[in-house]
Amino acid sequence: MLIRKPSDISSSQITSKSDYMNRRKFMAGAAAVGAAALGADLLKNVASPREAVHATTKLTTVPSQYSTKGVTPTSFEDITTYNNFYEFGTGKSDPSHNAWRLKTNPWTVKVDGEVKSKKEFDIDALMKIHPLEDRIYRHRCVEAWSMVIPWVGYSLSEFIKQCEPLSSAKYVQFLSIDNPSEEPGIFQVNLDWPYSEGLRMDEAMHPLTLFTFGLYGQTLPNQDGAPVRIVLPWKYGYKSAKSLVHIRFVKHQPRTTWNEASPSMYGFYSNVNPDVDTVPWSQKYERVIGAPFWKARQPTVLFNGYGDQVADLYKGMNLRTNY
Amino acid sequence: MSNRVLVILKFVAFPACLIPFGVLIYEGFTNTLGPDPVATITHTTGFWTLYFLLISLSITPVRRLSSRLVWLIRFRRMLGLFAFFYGTLHLMTWVWLYSNFDVHAMLRDIAKRPFITMGMTGWTCLLLLAATSTAWSIRKLGGKRWTRLHRLAYVAAIAGIIHYWWLVKPGVHTPWKVTAILAVLLLARVAWQIKEAARKRKVAVAA
Repeated sequence: MLIRKPSDISSSQITSKSDYMNRRKFMAGAAAVGAAALGADLLKNVASPREAVHATTKLTTVPSQYSTKGVTPTSFEDITTYNNFYEFGTGKSDPSHNAWRLKTNPWTVKVDGEVKSKKEFDIDALMKIHPLEDRIYRHRCVEAWSMVIPWVGYSLSEFIKQCEPLSSAKYVQFLSIDNPSEEPGIFQVNLDWPYSEGLRMDEAMHPLTLFTFGLYGQTLPNQDGAPVRIVLPWKYGYKSAKSLVHIRFVKHQPRTTWNEASPSMYGFYSNVNPDVDTVPWSQKYERVIGAPFWKARQPTVLFNGYGDQVADLYKGMNLRTNY
Repeated sequence: MSNRVLVILKFVAFPACLIPFGVLIYEGFTNTLGPDPVATITHTTGFWTLYFLLISLSITPVRRLSSRLVWLIRFRRMLGLFAFFYGTLHLMTWVWLYSNFDVHAMLRDIAKRPFITMGMTGWTCLLLLAATSTAWSIRKLGGKRWTRLHRLAYVAAIAGIIHYWWLVKPGVHTPWKVTAILAVLLLARVAWQIKEAARKRKVAVAA
């Protein structure tokens, strides 16, 4: 399926990454004191929030057999202004206002643990490991809302091959950047930073597990987890860790942030399941983002509709106890 | 304050209290409720229920600050009824937009989900308060019983705050501000009671 770009955004409106970075440098340099720079930047964001949102570069992509068919992507505007990224604040629009602080270039991802040898990957090298594919996935948040997002990336398995894990590696742990000077939300939320997520090795190797660099044919905006993140369409959104700096191959089930915060509410697997609600609210229905309020309610499907592809991973497992 | 000024003030305050509702209606018609309109409606009506409860609960402690503020009491019923109004809209979002009028699902939710049980408790208190808000009710119940019944306003506010805390994710502290305001309003009453008791003792000793 071809990616449809929303007609209201022309490429000329999109600020290139280098311009965006330089603008910040210029702003910082022009201000006499740091506080003044901060104030001016905030003003600038109020004046033209779109500029902060559209700090992306166009990517060359190929179609993918794993892309979801027959769905209409949520608007670029909604995908980039309605985010849960608590490192930048708990409000849905906080990440789109605050995430510009994150410097995503240069960026390296460290790989260690049960691997043949430790490695470090530069973001540019990561993006060249495999052709970047357009993959439209449904996205279901544990808060009972959903989107359809045209991601850009390749199967994480392609990257894992490059990491040369040992047979002792049973799980993969993903760690997000933890830099309070760039991420003002870290002090607002009482979670054990850095954000940590994990998968069983077979889940990580599943072709649907996407090593993600972009959306809507462009590099990821910061608020969506730039420059590299995981996307797991059959699990609740919080499993898909953003802005990764460290990937570990481990023997035992790694700590995961929300599971630590409340083990009874957030399990390790976190597969989308309308019949199991461990959080205070129901998971039977979801609110479709961008739909008018009287039409937003939609039934939620087991594994978010990806059961044909992923159900085998959990064969013989009790999904009620392994939530 | 003269009666005429009070009437004018009420004429201004009443439409002012409807502004949040008006904004929702306007945004509903212009389709500008944001990416998640159902959440916007739910949160807006929920917040304003709490705000009106807190404002109506602040009348008594503020009025006690000065004898010149006694007239504030004339606004308390209206503010309380607006808490009921927004609380009812909040309840309706759940009945309609979340449950689609499925009575069985709603009863299950009330029984199973503590935050919904707590929300319903708060709304039931507001319903009783609204139903007995007329001068006729005061006469019928008698001042003392009516006053005792209307202490349900505290139950409603506390239930509303707990309802909010039980809904946010672990590690998130967003309800702390409304909680702090309610704590101050309740403590002001305790402080006043202590002061009154001391004053009465003094008067008794003097007599």
